[in-house]
Amino acid sequence: MKVFLMYPDRYFNLEDKLPPNEKEIVQDLEINTLIDAMAWGDEFLWEVAKKTILGGCYGDDNLEVILFRQNILKDCINNASVIKEIYQLVVDTIQKRREYFLGYFNRFPSSIVYSSVEFLNMLTGMLRKMKNIADLYADQFQSEGFRRFFTMLKEELEENYLDKIQGHLNELRFNNGVLISAQLGKGNEGTSYILRKFPRKKKWFQQIWSEKMPVYSFQISPRDEIGCRVLGEIKDRGLNLVANSLAQSADHIYSFITVLRLELAFYLGCLNLHQKLQEINTPITFPKPVDSGQRKHSFVGLYDIVLALTMHKKVVGNSLKMDNKNHVIITGANQGGKSTFLRSIGLAQLMMQCGMFVPAESFTANICEGIFTHFKKEEDVTMESGKFDEELKRMNLIVHHLTPNSMVLLNESFSATNEREGSEIAIQVLKALLEKGIKVFFVTHLYEFASNYYNNRREDIIFLRAEREENGKRTFRMIEGEPLPTSFGKDLYEKIFVGKEKTELEKLKC
Amino acid sequence: MTFQSILFKEKEDRLAEKSLQELDFFIDLNLDQIVAAITTGKEEYNLKPFFYNPLSRLSAIQYRQEIMQDLEKEDLFQNITTFAHKMRRMRQHFSLLEKLDYLYHREGWFLETVAIYCEAVSSLEQDVIQAEIHSPGFLSFKNYLSDYVNSDYFTTLVNETRKLKKELSQVRYCLQLKGLKVQVRKYAGESDYSTEIEKTFAKFKQQDAKDYSVELLPRTGMSHVEAQILRLVAKIYPELFKSLIDYYHKYQNFLDERIVLFDREVQFYISFLEFMSRFKKSGLSFCYPQITRKTKELYSKQSFDLALANKLLKENSTVICNDFFLKGQERIFVVTGPNQGGKTTFARTFGQLHYLSSLGCPIPGSSAKLFLFERIFTHFEKKEDIKELRGKLEDALMRIHSILEQATPNSIIIMNEIYSSTTIQDALFLAQRTMEKIIQLDILCVCVTFIDELASFSEKIVSMVAAVDPQDHTLRTYKIERRPADGRAYAISLAKKYQLTYDCLKERIKL
Repeated sequence: MKVFLMYPDRYFNLEDKLPPNEKEIVQDLEINTLIDAMAWGDEFLWEVAKKTILGGCYGDDNLEVILFRQNILKDCINNASVIKEIYQLVVDTIQKRREYFLGYFNRFPSSIVYSSVEFLNMLTGMLRKMKNIADLYADQFQSEGFRRFFTMLKEELEENYLDKIQGHLNELRFNNGVLISAQLGKGNEGTSYILRKFPRKKKWFQQIWSEKMPVYSFQISPRDEIGCRVLGEIKDRGLNLVANSLAQSADHIYSFITVLRLELAFYLGCLNLHQKLQEINTPITFPKPVDSGQRKHSFVGLYDIVLALTMHKKVVGNSLKMDNKNHVIITGANQGGKSTFLRSIGLAQLMMQCGMFVPAESFTANICEGIFTHFKKEEDVTMESGKFDEELKRMNLIVHHLTPNSMVLLNESFSATNEREGSEIAIQVLKALLEKGIKVFFVTHLYEFASNYYNNRREDIIFLRAEREENGKRTFRMIEGEPLPTSFGKDLYEKIFVGKEKTELEKLKC
Repeated sequence: MTFQSILFKEKEDRLAEKSLQELDFFIDLNLDQIVAAITTGKEEYNLKPFFYNPLSRLSAIQYRQEIMQDLEKEDLFQNITTFAHKMRRMRQHFSLLEKLDYLYHREGWFLETVAIYCEAVSSLEQDVIQAEIHSPGFLSFKNYLSDYVNSDYFTTLVNETRKLKKELSQVRYCLQLKGLKVQVRKYAGESDYSTEIEKTFAKFKQQDAKDYSVELLPRTGMSHVEAQILRLVAKIYPELFKSLIDYYHKYQNFLDERIVLFDREVQFYISFLEFMSRFKKSGLSFCYPQITRKTKELYSKQSFDLALANKLLKENSTVICNDFFLKGQERIFVVTGPNQGGKTTFARTFGQLHYLSSLGCPIPGSSAKLFLFERIFTHFEKKEDIKELRGKLEDALMRIHSILEQATPNSIIIMNEIYSSTTIQDALFLAQRTMEKIIQLDILCVCVTFIDELASFSEKIVSMVAAVDPQDHTLRTYKIERRPADGRAYAISLAKKYQLTYDCLKERIKL
């Protein structure tokens, strides 16, 4: 019984490797806020969501997987209550396991048999419930993944089969005693004790023993403690294999349950997130991914989902139409929403690549085989030269893992040195990335670099500028525009310093 | 030549085996440590007496050297080791038998014991036939073994053992256990319930399953309940169990004495080769020395103290090798030089090499020619014994006197720091007198001393000096070089190091 809901042809694996730049990307894109909104405090959902979203960093979850998940997610959104019921059933079963768990530590096969039989009884009950749900709701599901899942439940858990299991479980209580075969090992000591099935219909001693097959017997005294222990041991040796089979079977069914939980958890997280976004009435859309060989990046109303979740309200979205272009260079006013924009680009790409909906009115982009971030580290307190060194070291690591068709998000990179040097390095790095076909979004204040690129006018580069109205007010929108020699830091200075002076003056007046 | 023993060519050689204890010089030469290291883990063979009895005949030494060289070959060594493991297991089984009480149980284990023995001997014979063997000793054993394995007695033993084991292993029976009642009968093909259960649940199988089978340790011995079951099984197969009882009585003395002796004695070689391989792995060489009594012109190249090397290897330190030779009239090494410079080690090495040679063992070094001695005498400075009424010097004199009384031209004498507990004039005088005696007897001798004058005392004396690093005189190289004694040069450099030279002291001590 295989449950493939995350991939068309394989299991989702929590042990799968995280991308090498996990730490940076989680921090730079503030992914934990997104994951929190999916997990609702549930550790397991959190873990799965994190793994899945970061799995989006690897573009190897190709088009097929993305669309496979999108369809399942659509089914989930349309049948949220059924999905939640199944998930609850699974979670309840997993919790109940603890009641039977003690027996598994037992050193005696006979007690392993006992606790496994009880546990299997419980699991069989759960399977019946699961099958009933399948019978009731299967028709409402459209996706390939769910149709296959429900068909499997119906086929594999036929009434007959469930009854057969029940029959075995009853027999394994051994009301007629146990029948064990053996042979002679070294020193004529009994060995290879194997549990045998009592022949059906006639009892075996009636049937065979009458035909001149001698039967010898003896009985031990109830006071013979050693004798009783030895008999118990022989029984244990006979039951060892079946104890193993039963415990493994219980494990297998249990693992079917845990796999189901694992395969469903991501979608549960998406449902949770969906509900949150509905509360603040902000749009979502299922993106249209295109092959990684193409260059496409177009969207309407793309907003920073992390910002929306944090502020718990709708936030400004941006639109862009960009075909056959590789580089986006973003300049413009401080506090103008450049970082937010950059983050929304990264998050949307990740969400698309792991099969989720994205925070936009519409969204299409080519798949990137790797997503990397290189953000200025504000908290770095080392000396300037050390800081620049650190910056280049991180860049070196990114380049180490870079494949063609990757995407790199640069936020004020190479700014830990003077502008001339920073620009020179930026020019050289960007030139190489451009030639290698790497998609780059670069937020920068390096005017020398930006203007150099702008003046050379390349078809495959787009220049965006954070919008600033005449009065210095920011709209948090990115508009196409040439880089300007100032980033309007003066505005900020005035807002903070001059503003403060004013209030202090007013205070003095009082 | 009928095969007698893998260790002794002639019966007389064995008769010479009389010492059951360490010889006097064992501790001085650290031979006690070497023998302990060699025999550790082989206590059951009681190998130490073999190491306490040097051989006095060249032919006896050669007999062992050749066998040792055969056993140095990886294949044969492995064959013997395998054989030894099996024989050990056989002995363990055998000693267990007398503790068994239940009918058919004891006989069953007896059968098992004989089976191990038969297998061990047969495969050894097969292996030895294919092995490349040159030594007369091992060839003789090979013939003996082949004759034994092909004898009527042994072939019948093997066949009867095999037949009985096969028939017993084919016995199948069923137990029905309910409450306190046990029923026993023949097995009649009932199906395996575990497999059926496994099949039923197969569709849930995911990835790899955890193993829940409990490790039920084999019981030692048999309980009365199992014995009772076994008696009932015997009732189901009466002829088979009767032939087991007959077999048990017929083959009570199944072991061949000479093979049992071989199993013990061959461990002398095995234990030494195992010990030796540790050093070879570290790049140190061993060789079979040429042994002679005709001349006292000796040499050894790349030799080292085996006891020290054993310690150094454990600490991952480097082992320093040394060469020496005596030619013409030279008989005596006088070793001088700094403390901790390897003087005593050199003296011990000289003794160890000779002693190990006399056992027929390979010795540390790349090549060597050594003397077939009659006795080794050592005199190493001992700690003062408070119960001893005599003083240290007197004691030393008594001992050396006694050595010189017993020594013959075929002896070896090794002396370490004699007469150190008296004035230098006295020491020089006494040492010269002792040397004169030794020279007169034409004895091979190593003498470690602080008295430089001894080194140039006679033409029979070779001066050996513990070397120091030419750049830094406080560093020892542990090389023992053949050159005139120059002990004082070293003292100055050491004084400088501790700022005890004249100039230093003048500076340091201020009025």
